[in-house]
Amino acid sequence: MNGVHDMGGMHGFGKVEPEPNEPTFHARWEGRVLAMARAMAFSGAWNIDMSRAAQEELPPAVYLAVPYYLRWTLGMERNLLKQGLVERDELAAGRALHPGKPVKRVLTKDVVERVFARGAFGRPTNTAARFNPGDRVRAKKLNPSTHTRLPRYTRGRVGRVEAVRGCHVFPDSVAAGGGENPQWLYTVVFDGRELWGEQAEPSLKVSIEAFEPYLEPA
Amino acid sequence: MAHDHSHDDGSHDDGSELSETELRVRALETILTEKGYVDPAALDLIVEHHEGKTGPHIGAGVVAKAWADPEFKRALLADATKAVGALGLISRVGDHLIAVENTPKRHNMIVCTLCSCYPWEVLGLPPVWYKSAPYRSRAVIDPRGVLADFGVKLSADTEIRVWDSTAETRFIVLPRRPAGTENWSEERLAALVTRDCLIGTGLPRRPDEIRS
Repeated sequence: MNGVHDMGGMHGFGKVEPEPNEPTFHARWEGRVLAMARAMAFSGAWNIDMSRAAQEELPPAVYLAVPYYLRWTLGMERNLLKQGLVERDELAAGRALHPGKPVKRVLTKDVVERVFARGAFGRPTNTAARFNPGDRVRAKKLNPSTHTRLPRYTRGRVGRVEAVRGCHVFPDSVAAGGGENPQWLYTVVFDGRELWGEQAEPSLKVSIEAFEPYLEPA
Repeated sequence: MAHDHSHDDGSHDDGSELSETELRVRALETILTEKGYVDPAALDLIVEHHEGKTGPHIGAGVVAKAWADPEFKRALLADATKAVGALGLISRVGDHLIAVENTPKRHNMIVCTLCSCYPWEVLGLPPVWYKSAPYRSRAVIDPRGVLADFGVKLSADTEIRVWDSTAETRFIVLPRRPAGTENWSEERLAALVTRDCLIGTGLPRRPDEIRS
């Protein structure tokens, strides 16, 4: 979707402000949010793409205004309601009012190590990759109103395939509940001037990780 | 918002926004626990893991080894998942870690313009600035301006390559080894490697910065 989360190239957000000796969490609740998100993903309530999509669907002003882990919280609440795992009256009451629905599994202390191992997103395939390193490709002009990982600033632009990364779970499909629908993934590199015009920094190159359905020969 | 967490007297001291958030998060944890979806003891362990065990020291160790051991450097650049996995520092590195090397001609920088993708396994959780709109918006259009915010200035003819992490591939920068560190042990070298130089918004410390 063409949301405010897709912010590559936007102006007006100001300077980057690094914080010296930044703690992992700035308050206790931040850690609880991260932990709940990981535990619920383990339970099968959602996957990484559904969790991104829920945040992208927040009202734009909210997305930009709230702290990072509150955005996660709002995204989780959306997904919990959508999945029917939690009801609105429970969020309002701050406690459970209805019995829990069955979930695939519950993350307990003895298996907690399993969430620290990053998931694998590569999938076997019988199809051949359509593009090879060195090929010129154009990012298609796609404007789906649903979740996608093709950033707006590359759409319609011509780049070069630099690497083939294997066949991966396709976020556009999985976020929409359409299954993994694995697709070939490429590193595609664009010249700064192709993206931003003649004013661009001449020594700039930007790459994205692009799924095959995002690309056409150029 | 459907939450009735406002103060009875309607007052809003400086902490009111935060406490409303805290209440909201606490309520969510209560609901999920009561419904049997989460185990608070497991949540404790997840928090502990992120606060205590992961962090950029892992990435620093990887880079120091690559500086000290040419064979490992070759392996790292060929397949970072395999090379880092073989070190046994972390249980599992994921399948898609990619190390990108800075050279005299090219400087690499990592961003996620769409959200906050970051190589957790080797760097820990991302800092606030990495997840912020200023960094996400500017890194791909004005990386030199971003570097200036970090006090880093590169020569005009250095190519800047920005890697937008738009899929589940994850990137870590292999910075250039500082001059004057010949025969240094891996441990000493690791002390030169900052989190920011592994993202590409910084350069490694100079030897004289850690001698004192």
